[in-house]
Amino acid sequence: MLNIENVTKSFGGLMAVNDVTLQLDPIGIAGLVGPNGSGKSTLFHLITGFYKLEAGAVYFKERRISGLSPHIISRMGLVRTFQQTRVLPFLTAQENLMAASPVQAGEHLASVFLQPRKVKLDENKNREKAGKILEILNLKSLSHHLAGRLSFGQQKLLELGRVLMAKPKMILLDEPTAGINPTLIRQLVAVIKGLSCRGIRIFLIEHNMPLVAEICTKVFVMDSGSLIFSGTPAEARRNSRVIEAYLGREDHAA
Amino acid sequence: MDYLLHIFIVFLIYAIFAISLNLELGYTGLYNFGHVAFFGIGAYTSALLSLAGYPVTLGMVGGMLLAGVLGTLLAIPALRLSGDYFGIATLSFGEIVRLFFLNERWLTKGPMGLPGIPRPAWIGEGVAGLPRFLIFCLLLTVMVFLVTRRITRSPFGRALKVVREDEYVAQALGKNTLSFKVRAVAVGSILAGLAGSLWAHYISYISPADFTLTETILVLLCVVLGGRGTNRGPILGAFVIIFFQEVIRFLPIPPDFGRFVAPLQGMVYGAALIILMLKRPEGLLPEYKQ
Repeated sequence: MLNIENVTKSFGGLMAVNDVTLQLDPIGIAGLVGPNGSGKSTLFHLITGFYKLEAGAVYFKERRISGLSPHIISRMGLVRTFQQTRVLPFLTAQENLMAASPVQAGEHLASVFLQPRKVKLDENKNREKAGKILEILNLKSLSHHLAGRLSFGQQKLLELGRVLMAKPKMILLDEPTAGINPTLIRQLVAVIKGLSCRGIRIFLIEHNMPLVAEICTKVFVMDSGSLIFSGTPAEARRNSRVIEAYLGREDHAA
Repeated sequence: MDYLLHIFIVFLIYAIFAISLNLELGYTGLYNFGHVAFFGIGAYTSALLSLAGYPVTLGMVGGMLLAGVLGTLLAIPALRLSGDYFGIATLSFGEIVRLFFLNERWLTKGPMGLPGIPRPAWIGEGVAGLPRFLIFCLLLTVMVFLVTRRITRSPFGRALKVVREDEYVAQALGKNTLSFKVRAVAVGSILAGLAGSLWAHYISYISPADFTLTETILVLLCVVLGGRGTNRGPILGAFVIIFFQEVIRFLPIPPDFGRFVAPLQGMVYGAALIILMLKRPEGLLPEYKQ
């Protein structure tokens, strides 16, 4: 479903992503792990068009997406979140979700004036869908609160909800559980699993290894810009290169 | 009484001008420091067309259209620049347009300006036409208010706010941010063109000196003082600023100090803008409740 072929990106003299090739099948949850600075987020930026590739190509559902603008890639159903939580602080929780709907009749100025009925119907459908998602995320009672006033964990949930509004076929999550409490992590994991069951492909960056082992069917490990391992989480834990990447080489240890 | 009518007419013209800037600054987060250019383009186009014998209404529509077209043509390359650089690009565009008015004498008569710009026939010239010109301005202001309110409350307006709050998120959610910004500038320029053409037909004489950076700062102050990103804010801002400007005339200032009034006024506006940004950046009518 997602094919990444020989993707390379450097910043100055630093090879952030070095000749990475990987394939994702159309089902299940896959994890991308690795030490800080190993190039995981950069790879996400490259896949979703926020960075330009230096070499290589990215294909989504057999279509070449490298070189396309981020908004076009998003509209194809490949939607992402960011590592830093980025809600729209001065819009309400409900507006955050409604704004995320990808194709809206009311986003065309001509329709706003010439087809007000169509815009209104579209908007009602949109509001209903946002309401359902707020309910799933347990945020219904906060619908009309400004997103900037929600707690950090609630903002994380809202971000996930926003991705759902965009009708994704595949979701890239950049550290979805970073900095939130265990209860909310369970809630978030339940939502992610539910999405996977509904056939939405999930690809996530995560540092919480037990969680990766629990939910991912496949895991990719990066170190210093290169892909050093791909396989099941159980295999990853036994792989000597993976252990080295996380714990350091023995001959380097004092 | 006639003087009061005059103040109200100027206030309404500035209200339209402020609404047009608010669409860009308040809703889309675009710092357009050359907005006066579109006010000027509207004024000159409408003035030249009506002086050439075309009906005033046609002149005004022409002024709006040309302002909209030039706004779009400026926006497409300028909006590829980020934040501050867009401000610089628009600032220089404002200067270029003013220099064009100043130097292309074959068209604009340069620093002499254009005298004798007619009003719509049904309004009539001079003081006698003031009440009807006020009604004309009032109708147009209400229309502009309703149209922009419709825009800003629509999903289009919501998308503008998304672009303002976080451009990367907007892109990640499938919004063509460039297209939204260009459309906001296009509508803003059309409305600024309308305000400019009203100004020209009201004052009946325009010259390049009317379209300087000071005008942009003044209308910026109207928007920020009233409340960015709200529909009523710019109108309130324009009201306060224009009345403040007129009240100054009645202050008992000794004749010897008269020459300091104009530069002092500029300093007061600058100081007011700085104090506002520091103490109450959301303006008199905030966009969201505390």
